[in-house]
Amino acid sequence: MRRPPNIIIPSIQRDRGRMSVGTHDERVRSVSVLSRLLGRPELGAAAGALLVVVFFALVAGGSGLFSAKGIVNFLEVSAQLGILAAAVSMLMIAGEFDLSIGSMIGFAGILIAIPTIAWGWPIWVSILLAFAVSMLVGYLNGLIVVKTGLPSFIVTLGSLFMLRGLTLGITRVITGRTQASGIHEYSAHDWIAPIFAGQVFQGPIRWLAEMGWIDKRPSDGLPIIQGIPVSILWWIGLTIVFTWILMRTRFGNWIFASGGDANAARNVGVPVARTKIILFMMTAASAALFATIQVLVTGSADTLRGNLKEFEAIIAVVIGGTLLTGGYGSAVGAMLGAFIFGFVQMGIFYTGIDTDWFKLFMGAMMVIAVLFNSYVRNHAMKSR
Amino acid sequence: MPPPAVELKDVSKYFGKVIALNNVTFDLRKGEVHCLLGDNGAGKSTLIKILSGVHVPDSGEILLEGRVVHFGSPKETLDRGIATVYQDLALVPLMSVARNFFLGREPLKRWGPFTQFDLDYANATAYRELNGMGIQLRDAEQPVGTLSGGERQCLAIARAIHFGAKVLILDEPTSALGVHQASVVLKLIAQARARGIGVIFISHNVHHAYAVGDRFTILKRGRSIGTYPKGGITRNELLNLMAGGKELVDLEKELAALGPASAA
Ligand SMILES: Nc1ncnc2c1ncn2[C@@H]1O[C@H](COP(=O)(O)OP(=O)(O)OP(=O)(O)O)[C@@H](O)[C@H]1O
Ligand SMILES: [Mg+2]
Repeated sequence: MRRPPNIIIPSIQRDRGRMSVGTHDERVRSVSVLSRLLGRPELGAAAGALLVVVFFALVAGGSGLFSAKGIVNFLEVSAQLGILAAAVSMLMIAGEFDLSIGSMIGFAGILIAIPTIAWGWPIWVSILLAFAVSMLVGYLNGLIVVKTGLPSFIVTLGSLFMLRGLTLGITRVITGRTQASGIHEYSAHDWIAPIFAGQVFQGPIRWLAEMGWIDKRPSDGLPIIQGIPVSILWWIGLTIVFTWILMRTRFGNWIFASGGDANAARNVGVPVARTKIILFMMTAASAALFATIQVLVTGSADTLRGNLKEFEAIIAVVIGGTLLTGGYGSAVGAMLGAFIFGFVQMGIFYTGIDTDWFKLFMGAMMVIAVLFNSYVRNHAMKSR
Repeated sequence: MPPPAVELKDVSKYFGKVIALNNVTFDLRKGEVHCLLGDNGAGKSTLIKILSGVHVPDSGEILLEGRVVHFGSPKETLDRGIATVYQDLALVPLMSVARNFFLGREPLKRWGPFTQFDLDYANATAYRELNGMGIQLRDAEQPVGTLSGGERQCLAIARAIHFGAKVLILDEPTSALGVHQASVVLKLIAQARARGIGVIFISHNVHHAYAVGDRFTILKRGRSIGTYPKGGITRNELLNLMAGGKELVDLEKELAALGPASAA
């Protein structure tokens, strides 16, 4: 460890400004556009999205995957996962995992169903309860992680199991079963239902059908799709808001710093603990939103809902270029990752390939994406 | 004469059985560079961690401009104008120069009903400030991970100066640098002094210390063995006072005994 004293006396006057790059203008301009692009986390996901679209256009072009109905179908799958992935991407950029969101979905769904069906609460009050309790659990997850310094992987793995067990236990004690259905009866006339389970742009869709752009049903001549599921708007809206938070706010700067180097961030006064706790509450809220949409769309709740969603969200986020170790990533990348996920799932379905193969494909896709992303990132860091 | 910017009086700090500092007295005036020298484990980092609010001394007093203070946290000392550039620099490599420069003190602007991080201002200011201190950057948006060690060091120091530090504490800022980059950092230290900032400069390198230092305090195994003004001590005397000095002479003899090639 002993450092030998440097024998050479530095000449303060010599070599003035060599550290600077004298020709800084020309030297950068030639690489900056390319390296900016390469430096973006979502590049790999964008390329991947393009690739799968081209692939399925070739093998499944005529199967209905690209019909209005097919598009809405895969976008709806992507949207629901994308809502989770958007929040998970922010938490992962801050250097933490939340594995509890999978069972949080089942938990929040039951929190909506039981008070509504068994106790006669208005459904919007039940939804409020589900959000409040989920975010409280998110708060506790975050608090335990920042107070104990345990890896969030372990802490939320514990909550994953505890929440699932709690959900099953409570539901069976109260209702004697593990599912609840018939919620449409309660939500049909509630003002809150269209916000989570409605169809939007029905007018334009009808107009497009009139113009012959969208097929009509032979039976009644109505467009084959009523409108666009509102969950797709939630997905896009959240991605825009989270992107703004990450790129253009002080809180976003704190998120990157908390994940990039928590110690460094703390030393310059960034409230790392508070930042992380807020993000755990956001992933919990995204699980509650997912559950709300699912319960209102399907009209039922099930204690087993959301199984494996925590990993699907991580896959989408990682395909989107976010570093598992934190400090780097984007919400737009997560959106592309969720798009790929939903598109491939539906693509395989429409192609008629046995859906058993889907998980093999997504797992491989993730590994390839990680390899590609880390290659590009290393390259970008060097080329600058 | 005005009171020193900061002062430690008879400060001791123990870590379990280890006596890291033993009744050390130390002061720093405005506009001076006070070098803290000593071998590994002498207690230099411990001393500055007390000054920056990371550790609380087990006995003794801290005075800030003549008044006794108790620092609760690094954030609190930062707010009082004592900025520390740690050995690990407190920079986030994956973030841009400008984002690092303003980390924890982001400039804000209104955007409709929202408040957002004024990135244009941050980029322009970081670029201008660094250039003004003689550190030319290609681009304030480049990740800090792509900077050289010297550039990072300069960025961390420039940030502290920009945010109005009155006392700047540098823990071995030149230890990992080559001759040229070390000289850029030393120039930056001299610039800080010219602005009236008091600088505590920790180094193992007598040559670096002697080049910018006004006074020198030598720590040895947790005790201060004295403070010397530049006029009162030569570089060689300083070298000999540091634990490394005598050993280096011995080492030279030892090496010479091994043969001509290694003696060179
Ligand atoms: N947090 C701690 N817990 C226990 N012992 C510590 C702690 N910090 C420092 N020490 C001990 O206190 C003594 C002084 O350490 P310090 O880090 O201040 O030395 P230093 O002069 O900065 O050395 P270096 O030149 O290697 O950086 C050492 O013996 C060290 O092992
Ligand atoms: Mg040290």
